[in-house]
This record gives sequence, structure tokens and C-alpha cells, in this order.
Amino acid sequence: MLARISTFAIDGLDSVPVTVETDIRPGLPAFSVVGLADRSVREARERVRSAIGNQGFAFPARRITVNLAPAWLKKVGPGFDLAMAAALLAASGQVEADDLARWAIFGELSLSGQLRGCRGALAVAEGARRAGLRGLILPRDRALEAALVDEIEVAGIEDLRELAEVIGGAGAPALPRAAPGPRVAEADAPPPDLADVRGHAGPLRALEIAAAGGHNLLFEGPPGTGKTMLARRLPSILPPLTRPEALEVTRIHSVAGVHHGGGLVRHRPFRAPHHTISPSGLAGGGSIPAPGEVTLAHRGVLFLDELSEFPRSSLEALRQPLEDGRVGVVRGQHAVVFPSRFMLVAATNPCPCGFAGSDRAGRPCRCTDAEVERHRRRLSGPLLDRIDLLVGVQRPAPEELAGGPLSSSAEARERVVEARARQAHRLDGSEATCNADMDTATLRNRLGMSASARDALMDAYSSGHLSARGHHRALRVARTIADLHGAEGVERAHVLETLSLRQHGPAEVLAA
Amino acid sequence: MSGTAATIDRACAACLRRAWLLGALVAHFERCSPRRSDLSGLLALPDGDLIRALGGRDVPVLRDRYRGFSPSTLRSTLAAFALHVVCRHDPAYPPQLAEAPDRPAALFVAGAWERFAALVAAPSVALVGARRASGYGLEAGRVLGRELAAAGVTVVSGMALGVDSAAHAGALDGGGATVAVLAGSAHRPYPSSKRRLHRAIVGAGCVVSELPPGAAVRKWSFPARNRIIAGLAQATVVVEASVTSGSLITADCARALGRDIGAVPGQVTSPLASGPNDLLFDGALVVRSAADVLDLLFGAGVRPAVRQRDGSELRPTLRTLLRLVESGRPTLGAIVAGGSDAGSALVGLAELELLGYVRRGPAGSYVRVP
Repeated sequence: MLARISTFAIDGLDSVPVTVETDIRPGLPAFSVVGLADRSVREARERVRSAIGNQGFAFPARRITVNLAPAWLKKVGPGFDLAMAAALLAASGQVEADDLARWAIFGELSLSGQLRGCRGALAVAEGARRAGLRGLILPRDRALEAALVDEIEVAGIEDLRELAEVIGGAGAPALPRAAPGPRVAEADAPPPDLADVRGHAGPLRALEIAAAGGHNLLFEGPPGTGKTMLARRLPSILPPLTRPEALEVTRIHSVAGVHHGGGLVRHRPFRAPHHTISPSGLAGGGSIPAPGEVTLAHRGVLFLDELSEFPRSSLEALRQPLEDGRVGVVRGQHAVVFPSRFMLVAATNPCPCGFAGSDRAGRPCRCTDAEVERHRRRLSGPLLDRIDLLVGVQRPAPEELAGGPLSSSAEARERVVEARARQAHRLDGSEATCNADMDTATLRNRLGMSASARDALMDAYSSGHLSARGHHRALRVARTIADLHGAEGVERAHVLETLSLRQHGPAEVLAA
Repeated sequence: MSGTAATIDRACAACLRRAWLLGALVAHFERCSPRRSDLSGLLALPDGDLIRALGGRDVPVLRDRYRGFSPSTLRSTLAAFALHVVCRHDPAYPPQLAEAPDRPAALFVAGAWERFAALVAAPSVALVGARRASGYGLEAGRVLGRELAAAGVTVVSGMALGVDSAAHAGALDGGGATVAVLAGSAHRPYPSSKRRLHRAIVGAGCVVSELPPGAAVRKWSFPARNRIIAGLAQATVVVEASVTSGSLITADCARALGRDIGAVPGQVTSPLASGPNDLLFDGALVVRSAADVLDLLFGAGVRPAVRQRDGSELRPTLRTLLRLVESGRPTLGAIVAGGSDAGSALVGLAELELLGYVRRGPAGSYVRVP
């Protein structure tokens, strides 16, 4: 007897429909899986056999063939277990099989027949809707996530017996309560707030400007001055995720297995990979293409601490994602494109020993200017070209520590959202959504620069404070500052503030 | 390199041959690793004795090549590299250099000839110091270089990393009166990372060397170069130097020539200060500012240093900011803690930077440009 069930394979960030066909016929007892299944899928045989037995069903002692179609698609992972078990139960007549065609079934089994969590529930639910199916059966702790897709019925189940009930027409069990458990609450905690910060007026101002214009940012300062602490607070002042954005982020995190399991991701992601990460870990890769850190940071912040310690190959791998907002991964016959619209925040020591410019007594910098220059040269090139703001971070002075916080995240976010609204209005009709993405033509036509501002910029350029490339980046930053001030045109003060937020190293000064 | 510009050639064949010989003996000098005192003696030897002293097995070959040396080949090479040359028999040879027995036979000059002549004729001071200098040393070298050059004094140094380069850069700021003495050929930047500085000095001052193009740079070339620095300058000022620093060799040479020695005092706890502080202990002139050096050269108060801009000409808001930076609040955070908001402080600081009152130090600090 033959049973046919719809399920889905994860390919990149999308799901591809797969049909599980199970045929049971007389013959020597055997259980074979065909259809380009990898090791983990073939191992499903053992899980399915035990799960069926342990849930009080009978495993048919006949010749069983499972086919995963389409046969050209390579199938990976344990997500086919549940569909295979369901097809087996249906084919052997142990459950009522009338209504099978309306469901997609997806999930991993344990030997006891309980269901385990799975990756990519949201992608599978979207696939089910696209395929015109009416419902999706999947593990209970992923039900909230799948239920984000309207128009399909989601049945979150605990074990195989419940599966039999749902297929048998008992209807979907109620969704789990929306209130998240403690594990989810911790993973979904809001980002830390600016109100915790004392001092750091310059870096805070830079964070606000960066958030308002979508500018990438580099912090330079001695160890222990708070570079990481500041970077972690950037998501708290970025505009809240819109629903489409949140869905996108949830789907990515779910597929990558970093999703917290509590439905929609509500906060912008903050990813801080260590500098020993491989280029493919950063940009995405693997023999089955998996999203890298740039994709996990999509719509959020990618923080690279100790930027100069990252191998050149890793930094090179950042170029395309930074430039295009997406990254292509090609492996063998397979090409996948992952989105990667993130804000880059990087931190670096000012010199190899880390203490150049430090005011701490007893910690003089012992680097030669050649060493400092070499250190800086490691950073220069394609990556620095994409970084608009370069800001020094210093240990706060005692009087700063004594003062109150300069701003709370809520206040700062309000200003950021206003500035973004102004940009959206001005950039209406162009592809860019914020000042950092403005192309050169838009930059020329819609800047609204006053004559005195232009003079200040030319002064800085001719006195060597700005490079030709820096000139363009400075224009974008100045526009953002004007937006934060609610100004129609870019004024001289906006340009001057921009100049202060582009750090010049001692090496450049000496080489003048 | 264009060979079209007419280069000045004021060297006799014998001196050119001597310069060529030094270039040919670069490796031999290195092999016998002369101690400091020997080097001066070796360099004072006539050609034949020098070949005998250093040549070893190569003496016959060297003699042959010496006899076959063709000045015209070297002259055309010089023209190709746009190098001028002057030998010690020529009236244009710097007279202050001619006193020592180990004086260079010829000087190769990159940069405009008239400028070279004017720069070596003007009062001159050598500013030397550590390669691995601290921020303090770099600042001191830079400021002294600028104020001395602005006062019409030629700043002589070796274009090494650290203090030397800072002194040259300062002098270029102060009008360009600076002479770099290189350990290799004058047309080739050494260290190569100082290409931009080299180009700037060739354009506004001049670069000299006693070695012809093609001579390699070896360890001994640096003490040999230091004797030229000391010889060209009326006084030598050491900015920052550990006890093993080559800058102290320059000071030794200056002392041997009977020239004045000055030193910039440093923190007694810093190893980089031990060189100048030892010199001070031994009676060197205390150099606190360019004015001290100018008093030494011209007599007290005869030629005042160019006064720094003290900020009184600025708008009140900018003046307040400048005073905050001067009073040891060099970061934006500290300035804002004094009561202004970050945005306007950043605007003011950018203005001060464009006007040249402050510059950016490492990690977001501001440094008053004296």
C-alpha cells in the first residue's frame, strides 16, 4: 500500500517541497530510503522504527521503501523523520489516511517517539502556504514560530500519538501560550540601555549619528575603555524592527538554529564573532551553504572587536556583503544568496601595545611610529572605505563618571526615528533607505549644502584633513547630522562636526 | 628620474674617486666592524691606506678597479639621478665641515643647489633623537624643528624614524629650512617608509650624503652619517635617546669638533630620557624651547623665537575650548563634563583643528599644537 506526504527541505533560507512516498509490500522485512538522502536522513530509519514501536504502534515486518522526491535534490538533516513515520503509519493502515494531502509534516523524532525541536519552521510554514497546503504539523515548541504565517493551520504536537490524532481528524491542538518561558525571555531580552553609560560623550554622539544614517562605525581606543560596552548598546537606539523585517530575521535565525523559539524576533540582532572566525563562518558557506555571521546580523549590528586581529581573508570576505547587502555562496552545483544588510561596528586598539594616547599613568605606549603605521595599514583599504565614522574612545575622566547619563536609549531612539523619517522622505524614489546608502547622484542632487558648509569642506580637503574618498563619506555623515538637527540644508556646523568624527591617526599627522 | 635638469658638478676627479671607493668598500667596512673611534680614523686614511686596511684578500682587485675608475661614468649617473656634487676642494663646500680630518671628500645633494648653498651657509642646529621615540619626544622634535626653521635656522637631521623625522616635518612646517643627511645615497629614501617626507625635503630643503648612488646601507653607515650631521651644525640638540642610541654618537662627534651640545630634559623614570639627561648632567645646554637654542646661537634675546598663537585672537567660545584642551582636558568627554554639549564641542574642536590650534592624537585625544 502506498502513502504520500508533503514535507519540506531547507535550501539556503528557503524551503523546497519534498514528497515522501512510502510503499509497503510483501517480502523479506526491509526498510530502505531512496532519493539522494544523506547520512542523517538514512539514519532516520532507526529513529522511525524505534519511535513507532515505543508509541504503541506496530512496525510492519514487510518490505518498506521510502522515496524522497524530487530525487535530484540533495536532502539533509533530520526534518524528514516525522513525515516518514506518518507515511508509514498511513501506508500500514494504522491511522485514517483520508485527509493526508492537506498537511505538511516536518520534524525530528527521538527514539521514544517524542518530537524534538527543528530548524527552519518559519521557512517551512511559508513553503506550505506557497504550496497551497492548508496545514502544517510540526514540533510543539516551534508552533508559535510557524503560526507567524497567516492562512495556514498550525498543529504543534508532542509525540507520534498526537500526530495520529491530528491526522485522524481530531483537529489541531491549541497553540502554546504566547508568554515565553524563562529561556526564551533571556534570549529575547532587550539590548542594554544607554542610560547605564557614564561619560563617553563623543562615542555616544557617534552612535546616535551612526544609527540615524546607517553609517558604519569604528571605535579606536586602549583596552578596557568601553568599546564593546558601547557597541552593544547600538541596537537599543536603532528604529524598532518592522513586521516584514522581523519575519525576515526570524526566518534566518530559525534556519541557522540560533532562534530562541518564542515566535517573532523582536529586537535587532547583535552579532560579535571572535577574530579567529573563518571567512566562510563570517560570510556564509559550508558544503551545504549555511548563513554566516553577516547574515545572522541582517537588519542588526555586526560587531568586530580587535578588527586588526582579523585575518585579511576574513575582512576581504566582508566586502561583498557590505557593498551589496547580500552575499552569494556557491558550492559545487549549488548557489545560494543570503541577505546581509547590517551595520558594521568595529573596534581596534590605537597601536599594537594598545596604549597610544592613553592617559593612564605608568602605561606609556612603547610602539614606534612605524609599528603604529603598520598597525593602521592592516586596517586600511577596502574595509575602511566603507566606514564613515572613526571615533576615539578614552577612559572617562573622574568628573564624567560622577555625572549622570547623557541620554537614555528611548530618547536617542526617538531622535533617530525622526531623522530616518526625514531621510525616507528625501530619498523617496531612490533605492537607498538611509544616508549611508545614498548613491553619488542622489548625494549631488539632494544634499542641499550651504556655501559656508562647502567652504569648510574645501578647507579640510585642501589642508589634508580629508582624502578624496573621505570627502564623499563626510558628505553623507554631514547630511545625517543635519537630519538629526531637523535642518533642511547642510550647514557649516554640520560639516565641522563631521570632521571631528573622522579620527586622524598620529601616523598620518607625522607623515604630513 | 629625469636627467634633463642641469645638475651642479663641483667635484674633482680625486674626490669623486674617493666617494666611489667608500661605496665600493661598504661591505669591507662592515666585515671589520669598526668600533666607533676606529671609524673616524679609518675615514681619515688616504685612499691607498684605506684599501690596504680594509681590503683583505680583495686588495689587488680593489686596486685594479680603483685605477680603472672613470669619473665621467659617475658624473653621468649623478646627472641621471638629479644629484649635485661638491668636493672639499671647492669653495662651495660647507666650511664648517672642512675642519675635521675625517670630513667627507664629496657631498652629493638632492634638491635645488641654491637652496643647499643657502641652507649650509645659514646658522644651523642638528636635532637628533630616538627612533622609538615617545609622543613627548616626537612633539618636542616637531616643535623645535618648526620654531627653529621659522627663525631662519637650518635644521639638520638624519630622516630616521622617530625624532629625526618629526624634526624634519616640523622644519617643513616652519618654512622648509632643513637638511637631511642620509646613510645611503641621497636620491633614495632611507628608511623607505619615509618616501613622502623625503620628497617633501627634496622639494623644500635638501638631502645630502657622502656616498654615490648604488652604495648599500650597512650598520657602520649610520655613525659615519652622524659625523656629517654634527659637522654641518653649529650645535647639536638631543631630544630623546636611550644610552645606546646613535644620537649620542652625533653628540660625541659634536663634542669632538668643539661644537655646542644641548639636550631636551626628559622624565627621569623613562629610559628614553637617560641619554639627554646624562648629557645635561655633564653640562649640556638645557633646551626647553627654541628660544634657548636661539639664545645660544645668537646671544641672549638677540633673535626671539616666533611667538606661538596663544588663542587670544579667537572667538570666546573657541578660546574657552582651547583653554580646556590646554589645561589637561584633552578628550571630548572631559570637555563636555565641563558643561557644553557634545555636538557643539565637536564643531568647535573641528574649527580649532582646521585653524591649526589643536590636532588629533591617538584614540580621540586632542593635542595643543604649540
